[in-house]
Parts: sequence; structure tokens; C-alpha cells
Amino acid sequence: MIRRLLLALFGLYFLLPLLATAVYSLWAGGNRYDLSAYARILAEPQFRSTFTLSLILAVETVALSLLLLIPAVFWANLRWPGLRTALEVVSVLPFVVPPIALVGGLTALYKGPAWWIGTPQFLIVGYTVLALPYTYRALDVGMRSIDLKTLSEAALSLGSGWLGLLLRVVVPGILPSMLSAALLTLAIVMGEFTFANVLLFNTFAVFINYVGQTQGTGAAALSLLSFGLTWLAMIAILRGSRQGQLSLGGGR
Amino acid sequence: MDGLNRLLFSGPLLLFVGAFLLLPSLQIGASALSDGHGGLTLRYIEALGQPQYRTAFQNSVLLSGTTALLGGLLGTLLAFLASGRRGWLAEAVTAFSGVAANFAGVPLAFAFIATLGTTGLLTQFLKQALGLDLYGSGFSLFSYWGLVVVYLYFQIPLMFLVMTPAVAGLRREWREAAEGLGATPFQYWTRVVLPLILPPALAGTILLFGNAFSAYATPYALTSGALPLIPLQIGSALQGNVAADPQQGAALALGMVALMLVSLGLYFALERRNSRWRQR
Repeated sequence: MIRRLLLALFGLYFLLPLLATAVYSLWAGGNRYDLSAYARILAEPQFRSTFTLSLILAVETVALSLLLLIPAVFWANLRWPGLRTALEVVSVLPFVVPPIALVGGLTALYKGPAWWIGTPQFLIVGYTVLALPYTYRALDVGMRSIDLKTLSEAALSLGSGWLGLLLRVVVPGILPSMLSAALLTLAIVMGEFTFANVLLFNTFAVFINYVGQTQGTGAAALSLLSFGLTWLAMIAILRGSRQGQLSLGGGR
Repeated sequence: MDGLNRLLFSGPLLLFVGAFLLLPSLQIGASALSDGHGGLTLRYIEALGQPQYRTAFQNSVLLSGTTALLGGLLGTLLAFLASGRRGWLAEAVTAFSGVAANFAGVPLAFAFIATLGTTGLLTQFLKQALGLDLYGSGFSLFSYWGLVVVYLYFQIPLMFLVMTPAVAGLRREWREAAEGLGATPFQYWTRVVLPLILPPALAGTILLFGNAFSAYATPYALTSGALPLIPLQIGSALQGNVAADPQQGAALALGMVALMLVSLGLYFALERRNSRWRQR
């Protein structure tokens, strides 16, 4: 009985803000409720441009982190245990140096060239660092679940090169892990605010904040949309792997 | 051949980590100690003692400490509540925690503004239905306790995710054994459960502390700097809203990194002890 009551209280605390956001996003002044806030937001030219920008950055971040990490995690699992230890340590570092601190170091260190640090493309570097722990963990789980040693020996003895082994044997074997890493990265980048705000780039999260200063219902609509995106990514990941992912220093 | 492969496979990643994680981290220290003309100075470190930074530091530590303690307690409680016989409940709570622990920042801030802001749904409801005027009685979502309420939204789920394995590791046989030996429920909880739960709970609470301390987007969207916190001050020093002062920002960031190092070191020391215990 007490247990149910407590669970209900927890449920209330966690569901009420979502419910309130949903209701608020439908509010059209007075006693009227409709979808006008959504229509207004979707018609906003900045919505499309910032959403597209964040989406492009997310795709680029996914590509870069997979490109960097797949070969390294593969090699660490197959031949070089020392690298694994190093990667474990590295995947904790983004927590020690949170985004708000890292962005200071990055801007102090890299002052040019302008075609790089002056464009939103500069953000990819920081986003890849942010996504690194998650991508590493997902790929590591994936590589350990396939029999890397046997597969490699078989492929190599059948005349495959290292690149062929990686692309035709390893990558197909860890596709679910790659997908879950990609989705989590997508969710992180779409909601990332710290880097973009400090570096003054107009990404999706910065746009949500801007809308929030001027129109409350629009911000509620966007927040709900953002929550839906995280939800989708999380469901897909939970479907892919049973192991729950811990959150460390995401986009808070 | 192996050496070449090693370079080809891991070189790019190591280079990237060095250039964009390690060097920038060291640069924080270098910037904090540099006078901008190639010399060393302690000016920026000493400036951390100024009242404005001291207040921000106190606020940040208090806020992180409060939400870590409350989140730690409530998250552990939730882990116990959800670890029942019915599997679907635990699964649903786990899935939701995964989302909520990652659902932070600007959208979270606005979700709470819609709920507990001055015109928020809950605020209005309490006022009209129960005659309870939250803002009249001193509460504000944009103040210290308001932030505590919002932070708990990602702190409790994170603690839940940390504690679930430990709670699931409590075997039913232990309870039966304790009861068989004549232990009262109170004795079972204090002598068996508590010693097993306390170390991971402590480690989780430390994790929560660091998690809250480095939060930037949530307080930024909520308070716009009305409540001085370390991440917000780093942000405004870097962004240069008034006058850009990257070195002061670096000094503040250095303080933050030092604190994160200490808390994470504690976390890993505890974790190692815990895992050694679990292996036995």
C-alpha cells in the first residue's frame, strides 16, 4: 500500500511536467486549445534552419566518431589490451572536463583558421568528445559479443586484407551496436546547448532557448518535440541492447 | 607489420583525443596561469577568492550537494520500490530513467516553466483549486529551491540506474537466512542491507554531485544568471557578454576540473572496493 503510494508520487513528479508541457503547448489563450503554437513554430524559418543544422552536425558527429572509434576498438579488442585500458580512462575524461570547461580550453587553444572555428563545423570536435564515452561503450560491447579472434583468423587465412576484414566481417557483426551509438549521439547533439551557446552558433537547442524568451507556448511545443526525440532514440537503444546506458555529463 | 597496423587502427583516435581533449584540458590550466603576454601570473587564481566567485562557488556546491543527497536518497528508494516481483514495472522505470537522465538542459527547463512557472499549470491549479499561492509563499522556480526541484528530474533517474544492479544483487536467501537466525526486520535492514547498499549509494551520490555541478544549460535557461553558479560564470566569462575575460573563465574552469577530479577519484576508489566485495 505504502509502496504503491510512493510509486504513484514518483510517477506524478515525473509525468506532471510532461503533461503540463503538452497542455501548455496546446494553449491558445483564454480557454481555447489548438495546434496553433505548433503551426507557428513549424512555419518559423529559423526552426527549419536550426533543426537542419543540428541534424547535419549530428550526422557528421556520428560519422566522425564511428570512423575514429571502430578501428581503434577493434584493434584494442583483438591485439592490444593496453589500448583498452587507455580507452577506458579516456571515456571518463569528458566527465572530469565538462563541456563548459572544455569549450574554454578549445577556444583558447584554437584561434584559427577562420573557415574552421568561425563556422558551426567547429562544434563537431566538441560533440565527438561528448559522444565518445557512449560510442566507445556501445562498440566495445558489440565487439566483445562477436568472436573477433576466430573471425579474424578465418578472414585473414582466406586471403582477406585488414580493410576487408573490418568492412565485411566486423562492421556487419556490430551493426546493432553502431546503431545504438549513432542514435544516442543523435539525441545528444540535437539537445546540446553548452558548446553552441558559448560559441554563439544558432543550433536547435539555442533556438529553443531563444523561443522560450519570447513565446512560452512555442517553447513548450519544441520541448515536447525534443523529449520525443530522446524517447525515440532511447527506445531504439533499449531494443538493441539489454544493458542500460548510464548518462554521464550529457547536455545538462 | 603489427606496429604499422597499430598506428593505422588507433592512431587517428589517439591523435584526436590528444588534440581535442587532452591538450584543451591542459590549456585550461595554462590559460588560468598566463598573464596574456607570455608570463606567469596567479592573478586569476587569486581572483577566485573575490566575493562574486565565492558566492557562485558556495551556491554551486550547495545546490549540487542538496540535489546529490536528495537525488541519492530518492533514487535509491525508487530502486527498491521498482525491484518487485513484477518485472514490467522495473523495466518501465528503467526505460523512463534512461530518457529522463538524458532529458536535461533547455527543454527540461521549459517543461518545468510550463508546470511550476508563474503561469504554470500546477501553479495555477494549486492557486485556483486549493487556494495555495506558491509564489506568494516565497517559492520561485527561478530560485535555489526551484532549481533543486528541476535538477532532481535528472538526478533521481541517474541514481536509480546506478543503484538498480546493487539492489537486484540482494538475494532473497540472505533475508531468509537472517530471519532463520532470528533477526528482526530492523536488524536485517541495518545489519545486512545497509552495509551492502551504502558503498554503491555513496559512490552514486558523488557521481550525482559532479553531474549537478557541471550542469550549464538547465540553470542558464531557467535563471538567466539570476542565481550565480560556477558554470554560468564560466560561460559568461568566455562569451563576453559584458567584457570577455577568457583567462578568468579558465581559472574558474580549473577550479571546476579540480573538484571533478576529486569527486571522480573518490567515486572510483569506492567502486573498486565495491566490485572487490561483489566478486567474493
